[in-house]
Amino acid sequence: MILGKRKKDKDVEIPSSSLPDIVFLLLIFFLVTTSIDTEKGLDLVLPPPGNVELKIPKKNLANMLVNAQGQVLLDGKEINIRDVARIIKQKIAENDKLVISLKTDADTDYQTYITVLDQLKKAGAKKISLAEPEQ
Amino acid sequence: MKFQKKSKVIVSIPTASLPDIIFMLLIFFMVATVFRQYSGLKVELPTATKIQKIPGSKRHVVTIWADRNHSVVVDDIAIKKMSNLRSIMYQKLVNDPQVQVALKIDKHNKMGFVNKIHQELRKGGTLKVHYFATPGGEF
Repeated sequence: MILGKRKKDKDVEIPSSSLPDIVFLLLIFFLVTTSIDTEKGLDLVLPPPGNVELKIPKKNLANMLVNAQGQVLLDGKEINIRDVARIIKQKIAENDKLVISLKTDADTDYQTYITVLDQLKKAGAKKISLAEPEQ
Repeated sequence: MKFQKKSKVIVSIPTASLPDIIFMLLIFFMVATVFRQYSGLKVELPTATKIQKIPGSKRHVVTIWADRNHSVVVDDIAIKKMSNLRSIMYQKLVNDPQVQVALKIDKHNKMGFVNKIHQELRKGGTLKVHYFATPGGEF
């Protein structure tokens, strides 16, 4: 027995013609909100807390002092801030275990400190130690 | 004399795979986006030449702003007392042991102030720092 017509196969489809538009909209939203940071900096590892004195042989230590006027004293000799990279590079070439102890005055400009650090990075110094400033 | 008409060539760029391409771009930007609700303080960064990007993901970076008026902001928390900084930094370290600190300090600051931040960071246990700088400078 045939019961009437067979049910028609209904074509149920989600309209996808506007899908690219929706995705474009989302894409533009994320494009606008994404901030690709181009900011860069100088990296340094701070000494661990506490006053742990590390025993470094004197011959492996270069004392560097920067005063409030931006003058640099390296092992008791005043040097030009522009020559730091060159001199430290020489010292590292002579002794690759060299640790640079950087000490600043409380009134030293931050820019001066960054410049000195930049110079040390330029010289390829890996072992930089921060000493507490003179109060 | 009759010239033969040029047969029309239908040139069309296939657009069937366009949604796929856009989807790929969309997924890239979705993954790359890190939402930040804070914009920090206005600082004038120092200049340096040997600067490099922070290695690793931005998700592990905690940014500290310090402007010339000695106000300090950590991500979105304003620090009222300098000694509060260590507990905040310690908390950050506990939440994410791979944490790195990005320091955006105004170049007009003195080292006395910067050293106070250093001390707090050391006490908080966050030792990996990056001094943010702008490229340039005569050196």
